[in-house]
Amino acid sequence: MTKVLMYGNAAVAEAAIRAGCQCYFGYPITPQNELTEYMATHLSRRKGCAFVQAESEVSAINMVYGASLAGARTMTSSSSPGISLKQEGISYLAACELPAVIVNMSRGGPGLGSISAAQSDYFQSTRGGGHGDYRTIVLAPSSVQEMADLTHRAFDLADKYMIPVILLGDGMLGQMMEPIEFKHEAPKELAIRERAVRGAKGRPSRIIKTFTSNPSEMEEINWSLFRRYQLIKKEETSFETYMVDDAELVVIAFGISARIAKGAIRNARAQGLKVGMLRPITLWPFPYEKIKDIARTTKQFLVFEMNMGQMLEDVQLALEGKREITFHGRPGGVIPTASEVHRVISRLYHQKGLKKAK
Amino acid sequence: MKKVYTRPKSLKKAVFHYCPGCGHSIVHRLLCEVFDEMKLQDKVIGIPPPGCSVFTYNYLDVDMAESAHGRGAAVATGIKRANPESIVFTYQGDGDIAAIGTAETIHAANRGERITAIFINNAVYGMTGGQMAPTTLLDQTTTTSPYGRDAALEGYPIKLSEMLGLVKGAVYIERTAVNSPANIKKTKIAIKKAFQTQIDGLGYSLVEILSPCPTNWKMGAIESWKWVDEVMAKEFPLGVIKDITGDNDAD
Repeated sequence: MTKVLMYGNAAVAEAAIRAGCQCYFGYPITPQNELTEYMATHLSRRKGCAFVQAESEVSAINMVYGASLAGARTMTSSSSPGISLKQEGISYLAACELPAVIVNMSRGGPGLGSISAAQSDYFQSTRGGGHGDYRTIVLAPSSVQEMADLTHRAFDLADKYMIPVILLGDGMLGQMMEPIEFKHEAPKELAIRERAVRGAKGRPSRIIKTFTSNPSEMEEINWSLFRRYQLIKKEETSFETYMVDDAELVVIAFGISARIAKGAIRNARAQGLKVGMLRPITLWPFPYEKIKDIARTTKQFLVFEMNMGQMLEDVQLALEGKREITFHGRPGGVIPTASEVHRVISRLYHQKGLKKAK
Repeated sequence: MKKVYTRPKSLKKAVFHYCPGCGHSIVHRLLCEVFDEMKLQDKVIGIPPPGCSVFTYNYLDVDMAESAHGRGAAVATGIKRANPESIVFTYQGDGDIAAIGTAETIHAANRGERITAIFINNAVYGMTGGQMAPTTLLDQTTTTSPYGRDAALEGYPIKLSEMLGLVKGAVYIERTAVNSPANIKKTKIAIKKAFQTQIDGLGYSLVEILSPCPTNWKMGAIESWKWVDEVMAKEFPLGVIKDITGDNDAD
């Protein structure tokens, strides 16, 4: 297949269409507007498809909820402040066991924040985000190619587990151009999911509800969700390792930070520093076991994020205080360079007296 | 013997949980009669709101999916856009449609979404215990307007249906009541016309129904029926607010 040069935002939109996304609902917010615009151009007039620019992010996610009820593959996208508004709908999607894909091209916060890339929505993404006891699968791409690949995977996972899936990108991934190839053609027929709410023709009427006046019934729902989450943890945790086998120091970073860290690690390796990287691809479920595994041979860890230390807490949970963790974070939308991270690695390496390659 | 009155096929054999004198059960029954007469039972998807009528799905034997408070019009938009052949209605209280869901409602109407809203106006928040609603009348006492609604502090009863009349995509809007046999009959005709508007693909339709809430009004059933006529309908006059369906025979 031929490669095309695309913005991250457009790549996600095109990949969604190729994954059979039938309905897209959005609301303008920087830095993800190109995604909504791509859908307006390429999805809105497509046969059997629907595009609505909603009056708010709250409306957009509730339209997603409606389209998912009707059995369509559906998605919305936004950036941090807009994602906060969508949490109500995400909680309802989780409660009703409805699949949907929610893209967050995150930016600096809190508040209206900055429009530059940040990773400060890690907590919100990985801890449910809205009210109630639920989780969403969270995928964190680190290149435009991976944005496209994970968009397709997001739709498949959403349908497989009947769960909302968050694609957590950032302003930089959304705005940068890279050559990519799409691995799927758009489907000829748009599939309608089973058990959709489309009118009680030839079957008993169906009720989709979240409210119950019976706490034990609610407890059962929570248990049923929890069991599914356990299965997802077992089956779907994914990550990338980079030069960890002989590493004295392992950097843990996700998304665009991992991309920056990779450059830094390459430079460090050139100087004989034995540095590797673990990059979680699913932020939830988080690769706790893989980190424990790496900790058998590696003593020093550096967590690098574009926030004040959010994934850091998951790494701490994984290492249970048994290994030393150093944190380097740049919040607010500041994008650190590979040479900055290289300096941090190099300093830490020498401070800790780690062995260099012969 | 000729059967002249029976349970509609679309109405489940369940005992209503609503308070004596409440209008919800009457409207539920009317909806089911309309579904039967228009042969819609297997096409309809209903969106009940949080509130007393969240349990609408226990009574209407059609597909139903609960929405978050106020989001009915957005959820209905999603369902209808994904499956334009379905017949979608929202069932919304005054707090739901005229306070927390105002934006969703006005914009769905403005897009001319082919959906139907059944708007139950009882001038209070019912399930939460009788708080002030956007449609609470001036001087009306509620648990959150204990000194009577004062325009200077709490604003005025909002006329959402009239506001929607200004919106181009809204095609048919009528206000009725369910406090007398005559008004109940008119309500049914209005509901039927609202669904016909949707079936014909003309745009957004809404029936606002003044509905007694004796429990939270702290009145007897008969007294509350009178109050609808004597007080509520003065502020919220009954009748067609907008009809650009081009079919005015039903008026």
